[in-house]
Amino acid sequence: MEKSTTLIYDGSFNGFLTAVFTAFEERLNVADIQTNSMGQSGLFSENETIFTNVEKAKRVWNGVRKKSHAAISNIYFAYLSEMEGIEILLFRYIQKLMGTKSSKHLDFSDDTMLRISQLARSVGREKHRMEAFVRFQLTKDGIYFANIEPDFNVLPLISKHFRNRYADQQWLIYDVKRKYGLFYDLEGVELVSLNLNEIHFNKIHKSDAFLNEEYDYQTLWNDYFKSTNIKSRINKKLHTQHVPKRYWKYLSEKKETA
Amino acid sequence: MNFERIREKLNILADAAKYDVSCASSGSTRKNSKNGLGNSTGMGICHSYTEDGRCVSLLKILLTNYCIYDCAYCVTRKSNDVKRAAFKIQEVVDLTINFYRRNYIEGLFLSSGIFKNPDYTMERLIAVAKKLREEENFNGYIHLKSIPGASDELMYQAGLYADRLSVNIEVPTVSGLKLLAPDKKHEDFTKPMLKVKNELLRYKNERKIIKSTPKYAPAGQSTQMIVGATNETDKDVMYSATFYYKKYHMKRVYYSGYVPVAKDDRLPSIGSQVPMLRENRLYQTDWLLRFYGFAVNEILNNDYPNLDMDVDPKLSWALRNLHHFPVDINKADKHMLARVPGLGMLSVGKILKARQFRKLNWDHLKKMGVALNRAQYFLVCDSKSWEQRDLEAEQIKGMILQNSKGKFRKQYSQQLALFN
Repeated sequence: MEKSTTLIYDGSFNGFLTAVFTAFEERLNVADIQTNSMGQSGLFSENETIFTNVEKAKRVWNGVRKKSHAAISNIYFAYLSEMEGIEILLFRYIQKLMGTKSSKHLDFSDDTMLRISQLARSVGREKHRMEAFVRFQLTKDGIYFANIEPDFNVLPLISKHFRNRYADQQWLIYDVKRKYGLFYDLEGVELVSLNLNEIHFNKIHKSDAFLNEEYDYQTLWNDYFKSTNIKSRINKKLHTQHVPKRYWKYLSEKKETA
Repeated sequence: MNFERIREKLNILADAAKYDVSCASSGSTRKNSKNGLGNSTGMGICHSYTEDGRCVSLLKILLTNYCIYDCAYCVTRKSNDVKRAAFKIQEVVDLTINFYRRNYIEGLFLSSGIFKNPDYTMERLIAVAKKLREEENFNGYIHLKSIPGASDELMYQAGLYADRLSVNIEVPTVSGLKLLAPDKKHEDFTKPMLKVKNELLRYKNERKIIKSTPKYAPAGQSTQMIVGATNETDKDVMYSATFYYKKYHMKRVYYSGYVPVAKDDRLPSIGSQVPMLRENRLYQTDWLLRFYGFAVNEILNNDYPNLDMDVDPKLSWALRNLHHFPVDINKADKHMLARVPGLGMLSVGKILKARQFRKLNWDHLKKMGVALNRAQYFLVCDSKSWEQRDLEAEQIKGMILQNSKGKFRKQYSQQLALFN
């Protein structure tokens, strides 16, 4: 039996790409690619630790992008799904992609290809949802603050959208599940981690972190949401399909009583 | 801010504006400039959905619901006994900006009842848009209603500040308009449309020569028709929609099932069902015309003046034209693939790409998300099993209906329910 290797990387996207580079360069028979926090060694494979190297990562990135622009964004999006075993699936995807001659099209009749593009699609959907469902609340320090709890790690994907749109206000979007956030200080966006005492979802209790005016606007928005509804056309099923219940607690218009 | 007063006005004027179905915030190309506020670049965002399942993307309000007209279908008509209110210009601006900054909305949809005269009303709408753009440096989406009868000069100005302009034709037939809105003339609606169309063309040509030509209504214009208020046929509706798409280069025509809002002998009574299924079928037809390469007379003509309620319009067309089928999924061109029931344009795109690698079979199609329940009767692929019986249209329809569930099924099912 041919010797197989499990690659261990640091959990960053660049680390993953470095692992792919190493696998290609050393022509390894890869059994799995894992983060160092997982530490599941295979019974019949050797471990090799990967040290993240931006240069090598870039070469993989550019190599794939040369093949197909759609593929590189599929890879990045699917990686952010954080699904268990995503690394090895992506590795197989890249292998297949580099092995095909026709680079213009993606082969949707191949299982790996289809799976990755479906995953990328789910992450894309979550990204779009977060662009819609972020609800800023104005703090007393003049910062528009929002906490979110997305299914996938989409903060890196939505940064550009919010920076372009809200260029003249300070804002902070915090992922309470992954415990990091994006802060825009009118100059640029940086990653921050906070010690949040409480999570500010749409509870009735008013926090003194926010201005009174903030709660007035929430009430107006809540009212607007109700009066724009046409009762004779009610369709709750469609409503929850578009606004799944898991997001409700961060949406001020879904507050029970204002 | 006088909070309670604003709150009351917002409730009245949002309630009156909700029958306008357009909520699109897409198709514009306004970038955020000079570190201002907002942008609207191509893709629209629905920030929420009401409990009736409609998208909330724009702050949709009337400037006022005082109106000099008495159109029977309209909730704010002169003779209706409702609470009236009017926003000040600054109040609309403040609401828009503060909602926008909190990421509640993509922008503003401003309409109005007509007070004094059309031009006076249009001027006020433009004043709001102008203030947002010039004083607040706001680059979000603005949809302004063109007031029927507004002058060309004002329509020109409106386009400079708005992303989209729309005037609702409301009643699809001229005779219906006479019946329900006796004070309005058909030309009042079409004149602003024509002006906007001409300006759009002019600006497009100028941009070819001078790249820095300012934008004029970059998201185009749209209109809306009420269905089910007069006894128009689906053919009437779709033929006039096609007319507006062609003649005035509409980006969209919206169809709004009539929600009874008034007691009037000319209209369906209060409490009668909103024709939601019909509305749905009309939108499906609209899509077939715009994206699937169908011509309107293929779907609706003198022999078939109304759409089938129990099956979608594409399936209905296919059943009437069985001689085009079956289609070979591995050979047919894009045009023909798009006509197969159960294949959407996304699936067609995937099929075209995937079949360069190998011949496709049922399994591939299923995984790509094709609705095989409908498609199987119209396709052959790389498989020995396909529908080989020589089925009649009625038989195919029966089998498809038997194996599917539709949320409107109970509205048209002829079979009596056993337990009810």
